[in-house]
Amino acid sequence: MDMSEEVLQQASPGLIPGSGTARAAKATRLSPSFISWLQAGPMMLVFLAFFLIPLVFVVIVSFWDYNEYQLLPAFSGRGYTDTFEGCVAQLPDLCTIGKTYVKTLKLCFMVWAITLFIGFWVAYFLAFHVKSKTWQMGLSLLCTIPFWTSNVIRMIAWIPLLGRNGLVNSGLIKTGLINHPLEWLLFSEFSVVLALVHLFTFFMVVPIFNSMVRIDKSLIEAAYDAGASGFQTLVNVIIPLAKPGIVIGSIFVITIVMGDFITIGVMGGQQIAAAGKIIETRVNALQFPAAAANAVILLAITFLIITMMSRIVDIKKEL
Amino acid sequence: MKEGRPRSFYVLAIFFAAYVLFLYGPMIAIYVLSFQGPQGGLTFPMNGVSTFWIAKLFQGTGIVDLGAAFRRSLLLGVIVMIATVVLSVAAGMAFRRKFKAQSILFYSAIASLIVPSIITSLGISLEFRIIDDLVKAHWNENFETSMGLLTSGLGAHLTWTLPFGLLIMFAIFNRFDPRLEEAARDLGATPWQTFRHVVLPIILPSVIGIGLFGFTLSWDELARSSQAIGAVNTLPLDLQGLTTTVTNPDIYALGTVISAVSFAVITLALGTIHMLNKRQAAKGSDAGKGLV
Repeated sequence: MDMSEEVLQQASPGLIPGSGTARAAKATRLSPSFISWLQAGPMMLVFLAFFLIPLVFVVIVSFWDYNEYQLLPAFSGRGYTDTFEGCVAQLPDLCTIGKTYVKTLKLCFMVWAITLFIGFWVAYFLAFHVKSKTWQMGLSLLCTIPFWTSNVIRMIAWIPLLGRNGLVNSGLIKTGLINHPLEWLLFSEFSVVLALVHLFTFFMVVPIFNSMVRIDKSLIEAAYDAGASGFQTLVNVIIPLAKPGIVIGSIFVITIVMGDFITIGVMGGQQIAAAGKIIETRVNALQFPAAAANAVILLAITFLIITMMSRIVDIKKEL
Repeated sequence: MKEGRPRSFYVLAIFFAAYVLFLYGPMIAIYVLSFQGPQGGLTFPMNGVSTFWIAKLFQGTGIVDLGAAFRRSLLLGVIVMIATVVLSVAAGMAFRRKFKAQSILFYSAIASLIVPSIITSLGISLEFRIIDDLVKAHWNENFETSMGLLTSGLGAHLTWTLPFGLLIMFAIFNRFDPRLEEAARDLGATPWQTFRHVVLPIILPSVIGIGLFGFTLSWDELARSSQAIGAVNTLPLDLQGLTTTVTNPDIYALGTVISAVSFAVITLALGTIHMLNKRQAAKGSDAGKGLV
């Protein structure tokens, strides 16, 4: 926060000559730190009750025991051992959980790479090529509106296009390119990646656009005057300065895809295993400690990726 | 810089147009298909044009009570919207000066945004299960559950909407001129008067933006609702349930109706923001208009 704002906030009205009314004096009785608590407290309480304590419960319950129909609050590693069942015996082959995570990471990487590519160029176009502020606002809004519509609707929207008798298949058959409808278009890894890109490129565009509009245009002019080609300007000036946005966007996309189970469920025809899906399956079977154990593993891996990413960026910065 | 548009402009303009088409194309397809004739199926070509499937929604499809889910989602959305606006504005004001636990609150908000939704949702459901077990063991054996739309469900939605609200508040106060408050204080306004008559009217357009985010994020929320909502379903949950058994265009009709509500809210909010901005530009300052 800005320092001058703080100073202004703390200058109490009672100190200003001529305004020492009874009401102003009454207002000074509340100390600034008390007012801060009053203002920020409710939000803090919501996060405490519905985010921080639940996370603690996830970790605790992951070490509890369970039977077919209830939680047993006694220490047990069963949630974890059930998850990694047969993993050591099967080495060097991957066990189910290992394969699931490899698949999740693969999906995650593909979606990340595609959303980054699309998001970068869309943001670049909006930030550098659209000169008028009104147009910039209007076109950004155009990209934002679909984000405000239910994800499930945006998923099922692909059915009439990609289905067996969908527009793509019937179009391809009519033009004689194929004889039989392509089966891999829908309820496949392809459709999962397509839907995820469709849903979440927005999370890449916004932060990258935000860091790009802050780039001082004279820096680009300077690069141009110093004889840099368009490509050199892009690599040496724009990308390094847009990096915070790129990292924030990447973190959003990666954490969403790592935990996703709805898109993968609906677009994969409930056939593709993924990290988030394991948790859902365990919950549906009322195996809460196992679900919690998987949540802890997923959380650990997600944070590992985020930490690694922020490291990579910092290392590059220092070089 | 060169005058005129470089070639890259045209390449990227086409790329951008393709992206927008990719964004809207499939959605437009289902909006059109929800007006299939009574004999129509899930794909093109259209088999007649009618409002048959939309009308069928409101008669009740038999599988789920969509009317009740609609009212529940609406109720939850409105409460989430109000709570998001009030809590975000208050916390945003608090962040303008240093206070203890400031960084805890900030990192909680960021973490809440990036921890996968299924984990938050599972955590809330575990928390309420443990509360239920405690109540059953110590106070009332016949107690059913404390989970519900306006307890665990409301909390789950707020963990998703509040971070957005807080970040928007940061953006607002980055552009806010604190000299306006100083002037109000110099004129003898109390802190509440300063907020009510100076700060609030200036930030009001963006505050409506926070409300818009709060409502639509809750209205469309799925991942966090999935485990934490209790026995009842919201509209998106019903819609997700329908995707596994879908054979008729009524699912598209439902999608169209949900989108229509979202778009109506967005339009209403943007219209209000526009009107407020205009009003502010016209009446906000009397500079240059003479004193009498």
